[in-house]
Amino acid sequence: MISGKKRRKAAVDPGACVACGCCVKVCPLQAIEIVRGITARVKEELCVGCGKCARECPASVITIREVGA
Amino acid sequence: MKKRWYDYLWIASLLYLLLGFVNILFAWLGLLCFFIPLLISAVGGTKGYCNRYCGRGQLFALLGGRFGLSRKQDIPRWMKSKAFRYGFLVFFFAMFFLMLWNTYLVFAGVRDLGQVVTLLWTFRLPWHWAYHGTLFHPGVAQFAFGFYSVMLTSTILGLVTMLLFKPRSWCVYCPMGTMTQLICKAKQGKTPV
Repeated sequence: MISGKKRRKAAVDPGACVACGCCVKVCPLQAIEIVRGITARVKEELCVGCGKCARECPASVITIREVGA
Repeated sequence: MKKRWYDYLWIASLLYLLLGFVNILFAWLGLLCFFIPLLISAVGGTKGYCNRYCGRGQLFALLGGRFGLSRKQDIPRWMKSKAFRYGFLVFFFAMFFLMLWNTYLVFAGVRDLGQVVTLLWTFRLPWHWAYHGTLFHPGVAQFAFGFYSVMLTSTILGLVTMLLFKPRSWCVYCPMGTMTQLICKAKQGKTPV
């Protein structure tokens, strides 16, 4: 079933991410990971869009976006 | 989240900085912060050092986060550009090799041991009170003075950007972080992430 409900999710700019892992440390749901030392990646199924990672990110490359559920 | 042993490595980083005021030869221990991240990235293909074990990053997170010593503002766009990050990496390593060259000159007997710590590659601070002789060649002590200069300089830069921007702003342009990310990218080749 397709619902029109929008949900907030974190999104990483992979080209600008420095893969420091600060986001991983603050995520309360382990919904973000560092992939192969190159970039952070959000596990969309776990992310609730709380924004902790975006606030923590020293490069400010994480944004919170509304996506369709 | 449950704390692990490696969440306390900031104590080791702090201790390292303090030991440099007691006996400069402890500066040699700082090589661990060079070789461990390189090994983890070259062998494991990850930035596990930055992600878990970097005591310096933890120290900045603690001071800037819990102690509130950070404006928590976005870092300027140019500071996170690839040009600046790679440029700083090249500059940092050029200065590092210059330091190695100066060490070589002392080993070769061309130059006397300089008991100074050079901050920001410019300011030469007398540091003789942390030198109590060495069982080895004076060149061993020269490397310690030079290496401690690198470590103290980068700590100061990290503290300034911690105050001005976000706690771990240093991580954005840390030469070791940039280099280990490059190694990880090289290891992955063109495999899509």
